[in-house]
Amino acid sequence: MRREGGLLGGLDWTTVLLYLALVIWGWFNIYASVYDPETVTNILDISLSSGKQLLWIGTAVILIALILIIDFRIYESFAPILYLLFIVLLLAVLVVGTKVNGARAWFQIGAFRLQPSEFAKFATALVLAKYISGTNVKLTNFRNQFVSVIILLVPVGLILVQPDAGSAMVFFALLIPLYREGFPALYIITGLTIISLLILTYLITKIYLIIGVGVFMALIILLVDKSRKRIIPVVLIGIMSVGFIFAADYLYQDVLKDYQRSRIDAILKPNTVDKQAEGWNLEQSKIAIGSGGISGKGFLNGTQTKFGYVPEQSTDFIFSTLAEERGWIGSLLLIALFLTLLLRIIHIAERQKYKFARMYGYSVAAIIFFHFTVNIAMTIGLFPVVGIPLPFFSYGGSSLWSFTIMLFVLLKIDMHRSQVLMRS
Amino acid sequence: MESRRFVVQGIFILIGLIFLIKLFGLQVADTSYQFKAERNIIQPIVEYPFRGLIYDRNKKPIVYNEPIYDLMVVPKDVEVIDTLAFCDLLQITPTEYVERLTTAREYSRVKPSSFLQKISHQEYARIQDKLYNYRGFFVNPRTVRRYTTPVLANELGYIAEIDPDELEQDSTGYYKSGDHIGKTGLEKSYETLLRGQRGVSYKMVNVNGIEKGSYKNGAYDTASVPGRNLVSTIDLDLQKYGESLMEGKRGSIVAIEPSSGEIIAMVSSPSYDPNDLTGRDFSKNYELIAADTTDPLFNRAIMAKYAPGSIFKTVQAMIALDKGLIRADEEIFCNVATARMGDHAASGYYDVAKGIEFSSNTYFYEVMRRVVRQGVSPNLFIDSKLGLSEWTESVRKFGFGNQLGIDIPGETIGTVPDTTLYNEMHGRHRWGYTGIYSLSIGQGELEVTPIQVANLAAIIANKGYYYTPHLVKGIEKNGEIDPLEFDKINVSEDTSYFPAIYEGMARAAKRAWRARISDIEILGKTGTVENGIKDESKDHSVFMAFAPREDPQIAIAVYVENAGWGAGAAAVTASLMIEKHLRGYIKNGTVREKFILDAEFLNFDIEDN
Repeated sequence: MRREGGLLGGLDWTTVLLYLALVIWGWFNIYASVYDPETVTNILDISLSSGKQLLWIGTAVILIALILIIDFRIYESFAPILYLLFIVLLLAVLVVGTKVNGARAWFQIGAFRLQPSEFAKFATALVLAKYISGTNVKLTNFRNQFVSVIILLVPVGLILVQPDAGSAMVFFALLIPLYREGFPALYIITGLTIISLLILTYLITKIYLIIGVGVFMALIILLVDKSRKRIIPVVLIGIMSVGFIFAADYLYQDVLKDYQRSRIDAILKPNTVDKQAEGWNLEQSKIAIGSGGISGKGFLNGTQTKFGYVPEQSTDFIFSTLAEERGWIGSLLLIALFLTLLLRIIHIAERQKYKFARMYGYSVAAIIFFHFTVNIAMTIGLFPVVGIPLPFFSYGGSSLWSFTIMLFVLLKIDMHRSQVLMRS
Repeated sequence: MESRRFVVQGIFILIGLIFLIKLFGLQVADTSYQFKAERNIIQPIVEYPFRGLIYDRNKKPIVYNEPIYDLMVVPKDVEVIDTLAFCDLLQITPTEYVERLTTAREYSRVKPSSFLQKISHQEYARIQDKLYNYRGFFVNPRTVRRYTTPVLANELGYIAEIDPDELEQDSTGYYKSGDHIGKTGLEKSYETLLRGQRGVSYKMVNVNGIEKGSYKNGAYDTASVPGRNLVSTIDLDLQKYGESLMEGKRGSIVAIEPSSGEIIAMVSSPSYDPNDLTGRDFSKNYELIAADTTDPLFNRAIMAKYAPGSIFKTVQAMIALDKGLIRADEEIFCNVATARMGDHAASGYYDVAKGIEFSSNTYFYEVMRRVVRQGVSPNLFIDSKLGLSEWTESVRKFGFGNQLGIDIPGETIGTVPDTTLYNEMHGRHRWGYTGIYSLSIGQGELEVTPIQVANLAAIIANKGYYYTPHLVKGIEKNGEIDPLEFDKINVSEDTSYFPAIYEGMARAAKRAWRARISDIEILGKTGTVENGIKDESKDHSVFMAFAPREDPQIAIAVYVENAGWGAGAAAVTASLMIEKHLRGYIKNGTVREKFILDAEFLNFDIEDN
């Protein structure tokens, strides 16, 4: 029987331990990435990222305490207000925000900076969960589908204005909890198909692709659907595909910015990219990771990261520091830690008896998963370079705070899951 | 919708697996990233050792290294408040200043690059005091070759940047593009000793090229080994004197110490100032020197070929004597009137000494005839062929028709005709002694070089052997000389006849009265070589000699082109060189020196020979 009483009663310690492991390991790696063998550096030195991160970790602990104290019900009740608040903040940041790396995405408060888009994920996850859990809301219903997508797209639009495509992209992770709650797989499959078509358009000559689509459609008509009832929709889909193929050019040439194009080229057409210029980040990241070998060069002995060859190493490219110094075994351990955490969160979400809590749990898992996937994929050349951090691991207060809040709000709700059952 | 949980979990696990596989490929399977990582951070810093010095036989320095300076700049750090004053200090224009700084900046903002190259020591002294006013600039010292005396240009050779062909031929893999290498002369033949061994230290650099300590604590670093100092056989004073005598003339002097094969002096004129082919103006000067029609880069002492002329009569005598075909005291009647060749010597009885003394053409016609026509075969042609083969072999023993193996590159072998040559010229069994007798007086197809003739003088002085002539005695080792070994080559079986050769040369030298020195006996032989061009210019003056008679110290060959008879310019030059070497100075030599230095010999016509 679970203990009911006490502040920490029913807290999922497995998740807490996984969280602590990632945060502390991340902290050491941040130190390794700023470590300079020539000057004696202290991990606690506040002028270094590692020193600052310790402050962020300390404040995160305070946040955890607050979350555990505050009534779990307010997240559901205040979700819409929180969502609206962040919409306002996202609007405000466009006006009074500080520009960093070309994106007006930060509030500067003294020496520290906060990024509202990091927290908007949390608010959006909450409000979506609240909406889905409403009576009469069914994701098989087109109207409900439409509203949930709109909830999703409003912050995405605002973040794209900053512009921060990486952070905006993360919101699409919320399609995973929506899917779990009944959002039609067809939409997601269609979306993925369109993306695949766009990528293929870029790689294959258009005429072959069109022929390929035609043959594919013909096969479907002839082999799968002999009743010919659906000839018209299949033909329509075919025509739409061809339309996308032509739209791809426009998208690639006129919508994407130069740096985005070159980052895509670095993945899809690596030979066309100058490794000394646009391809530098990826090449250096791969060199750092690749030179780690099986067991790595040892803590603080990574030369590529230590000597500044890999840019943004304490934040977006933190994985390269770990992979260089700890090798494949270290990478394996990190990936295993993340997968364990993700599966644990799914486990927690599934044991919720209330839709809001389950949907929210899935949202947390999805957002962490998305960050983890895109971040590591970009450091090893499987995805274009996008500036999103590795959860719990990368240097940065906004990121650490927002992931801590998301995770511990879930744990707090989980602590009270039997109470919820009574209520509903 | 419950089952969708498994789809989500499946996707999570799938992504994890994809990462692990991809990472395995990157980190474990593909080892190229290790190399790329090292290439990133490791910067080899090459340390060039000092090139070895070259001393003369008395340990006087000939070649040394002079420090020069490159002014380096790190554009990022540059802080020049008064640009005009700075330009004034460096003696450049403000435009140049901007251009040079731009070039440096284009190369790198943080890495040092050269701003001004090859600043001399004197200029550096002037700049040094004020340089601290200007941030971002520092000085990098290097060295260039310098010569204490502007002599021996072709013997010492020069160094220059290695060219692509040489780089390709370098089987040791030592050289890198941009390295300097000895191109000619001693600099080339002793390259590996002189250059030493370059050292490399591996530094780690960060992304901006800034040093971050040594790689693996210097485990792979190698220290540079300084080049070895060479002790030359050259007597710098004698060399200088020889070059001054040859100034304004074409020709060469080779002086050898007979007992060791050491070359005491080697002059080729015209020459150039070796200081011109070093440092900043190398390319400019090289073009000038190479384009000079008098060909200063041509080392006449080892590269010029001449018909040997009368000096070769000594060789004819030695061959016949060694084979026992004549005796030293055998009197042979020479009738100039019936002789095949014209002769300055009178008719009468001649022995070896007298034949050499008067350079009797008729006598040496007979001497060589005895070698070629030994009567082994009744067939005149076959007999001549057998005889000439023996003769050719004997002549080659003296070092003619071969490289002597001197320790600088470029030696010409000359020509010693053999049966093959005459078979080609006249046809097999179609020639006899009557077709080739001009060889007997050193004419015909014979070609020799000045060093071969000097070596001949050494062979006679040594009574039948020589050491391979060489320019380097040994290698300096802790202040001592570590001597190099050179081959001793025996030419004659029998040495009993040498007094006669000595006597002939002693008397012949006396006949060159202008060259006489009252208290030093010179044993020599004059020669006059037709210059081959039928024009108004005079023949080449040749003299071969050694001295003194007892324990000869110097064997010498002098060639002065278009200077007329051997007893003139060449003999007097030789006498001055010999006296300078034996006595250390010239006593009562004003007339002789004037005769050479003012080229008075051109005003005299045919004298006695």
